[in-house]
Amino acid sequence: MSLELLLGALLAVAAVVFVAAPFLRAVDPPRAAEPSEEQLVAAEERDRVLAELKELEFDHRTGKITDEDYRALVQPLRRRAADVLENGKPLPEQAPEPAREQHFSQSSLPSSRAHL
Amino acid sequence: MPELGRAALIVCLGLAVYGVAAGTAGPWSRRRRLAESAENAILASFGATVVAAVVLLAALVRKDFSFVYVWEHTSVELPRSYTLSSFWGGQEGSLLLWLLILTGFSSVAVLLARRSARSLLAWTVPVLAGVIGFFSFMLVLVSSPFATQRAPAEGLGLNPSLQNPYMLAHPPMLYLGFVGLTIPFAFAMGALLARRSDELWIVVTRRWTLVAWAFLGFGQLLGAHWAYVEVGWGGYFAWDPVENAALMPWLAATAFLHSVMIQEKRGMLKIWNVLLVIGAFALALFGTFLTRSGILSSIHSFPESTIGPWFLGFIGVVVLASTALVLSRLPLLRARTRLESPISREASFLYNNLLLVAFCLTILWGVAYPILTEAVRGEPITVGPPYYNFFLKAFGLPLLLLMGIGPLIAWRRASLRGLGRTFAWPLAVAVGSGGALLALGAGSSILGLVGYTFCAFVLASIGFEFARGTQARRALAGGSWVLAFAQLVGRNRRRYGGYVVHAAIVLLAIGVIGSSAYDTTGEQRLRPGQSLAVGGYTLTYRGTTSERGANAVELRALVDVERNGEHLGVMRPGKNEYIAEQQVSNEAAIRPDRLNGEDLFLIAEQLRPGGPVFLKVLVKPLVNLIWVAGFVFLAGSLIALWPDAREQRRLAVRYGRAEALSRA
Repeated sequence: MSLELLLGALLAVAAVVFVAAPFLRAVDPPRAAEPSEEQLVAAEERDRVLAELKELEFDHRTGKITDEDYRALVQPLRRRAADVLENGKPLPEQAPEPAREQHFSQSSLPSSRAHL
Repeated sequence: MPELGRAALIVCLGLAVYGVAAGTAGPWSRRRRLAESAENAILASFGATVVAAVVLLAALVRKDFSFVYVWEHTSVELPRSYTLSSFWGGQEGSLLLWLLILTGFSSVAVLLARRSARSLLAWTVPVLAGVIGFFSFMLVLVSSPFATQRAPAEGLGLNPSLQNPYMLAHPPMLYLGFVGLTIPFAFAMGALLARRSDELWIVVTRRWTLVAWAFLGFGQLLGAHWAYVEVGWGGYFAWDPVENAALMPWLAATAFLHSVMIQEKRGMLKIWNVLLVIGAFALALFGTFLTRSGILSSIHSFPESTIGPWFLGFIGVVVLASTALVLSRLPLLRARTRLESPISREASFLYNNLLLVAFCLTILWGVAYPILTEAVRGEPITVGPPYYNFFLKAFGLPLLLLMGIGPLIAWRRASLRGLGRTFAWPLAVAVGSGGALLALGAGSSILGLVGYTFCAFVLASIGFEFARGTQARRALAGGSWVLAFAQLVGRNRRRYGGYVVHAAIVLLAIGVIGSSAYDTTGEQRLRPGQSLAVGGYTLTYRGTTSERGANAVELRALVDVERNGEHLGVMRPGKNEYIAEQQVSNEAAIRPDRLNGEDLFLIAEQLRPGGPVFLKVLVKPLVNLIWVAGFVFLAGSLIALWPDAREQRRLAVRYGRAEALSRA
């Protein structure tokens, strides 16, 4: 057998041993539990709503959104954010509506300005 | 050592087949060890491919002509520096490079996802293994770089066009881009196979997509510069099928990078994003097919070969299987929200997407048309540059304008009053610039004037975005302007890196418009002592010189250059006669003006020692901004890619791996 074929055979054996390694261990190492898909979707929705609030704040500060538009947009977003943070489940998104009554104090939400 | 190379590729193929089988059976039957062994098969396939690549590289360095591939692509006189480029100078070697990068990227993706997205990885592995399996199958059974023969005394040499330093970087960069698009495709398919409706696949592949896109973009610019300095026809992009092959996946990936932001921020366009990822990957494969099959005539393509039908079959399988998978998972991909207003940031992204995809499809049609007409009528009908240039203007100018409009509009919706406030200054700058350019004589090209006005608008828009953002940041956190600017960029790298990339595209547009709409050309047969005046330059032909280079005879025309009575130097356009390859290459002479970005470009044709010359002269204003744009593009991509610790912490909390992250 030539040296090349021997090296080729060694490569094949090494590959087989490496691939079979998970079957050769006595005990599987513990694996951290991953969140369920429902939890992930809820976490993504939470981050999305908070990011939208930050963006809205940023757009307002940089003059892209007028004060009226800001007031109309921020209320439904805050409602959604509060719902996501308190219940872990998002409400279906609604079109923005004119501000009527604040259902919660602004301080109950994480500050979006801090992220600006 | 050809047997070792062959054995390594066979091992790689075996590992890939196992990866598909075990990678499917593992998550299907929820057998953890089986899934992990499939992951190991991916890692091992990289090791096997490295062995094969080292064997070929060693044969190239030793100029071992008993390897058919080495004999076909090197010669005794070929400089050592170009031995490396002969690795990918031929079909078999380039396929091996594809496989090497593919297994390398796949291994890194597996190792990273083991820590951050274990559940998603399980169904991603068989997709990666499937792609690895196809390329290793091609290298084992269809197009092996390890075929041998009785060693001849001399090789056939490397294509002279490839004997250029750019060829050391341009093809690998494109391959890094092409192959990199496999990773987002595999994770997207993995998410669909696992029936996941979350966006983990987007988070995992965000950087992969950016890296692949940046390599593809920068690689194309390197290729354009290679064409400009080496091919010697005076241009940098000729709408060659193989150039188009690299442009199409880049356009699809550009569309994806924009639309994925809408999914992340608003939860929309999920189906569209998956289709774009599939499209970008399929177009990367199509580009490889165009280059490797020899089906189309191009300076870049390899001779006609038998691999075309295999590639076409694989592309068909990829497109059909992935489309069927998307259709079967439609309920998972439904958007939770809707577009609120046609005047909003997300709407502008949507328009940008439609234009990018439309442009991509028109290019695809132009590339496919000759193939289809040849299949139907028996002779190809070639689609020339006027077709592509028409669509470049039709889609490119609105895209340019949208680059300026998008950043000025708020997310969700914008009112006329808000728009008036943000648009006022950029519009004023654009109108002022357009008027000034008109007064300076730029009206000789209406499209050029419109393009430059749009460029001014986009640059002003980007400038004001940075200025307003810095102002807002400073008002909030205090400190100096520099600190506020650094914090602004550092806290939102993707956005501001993206703006820098937009600035690069504007520089590119300025260079392209200047060199194509406002260029000056002249040509004349000159005897020694005769002169030609073009674009303010006076060129006097003095005679010829001939030198023996490392592997070529270099014949040059000596041309004195003057402007406004000032002698600027001697330029030496000519040709190289390559000895081993028995080919002649045109060697253009280029004189850049660093003050105004202009190039004086000389081509010497019909040149004989001591005889007359047919001199072609091109004066190309602002062309050097195209190459500057490449570095700005790279800087913007790096800013967008740079890891953000705050973002990492946020994602760690989201995906429940804060503990794992703190241990890492």
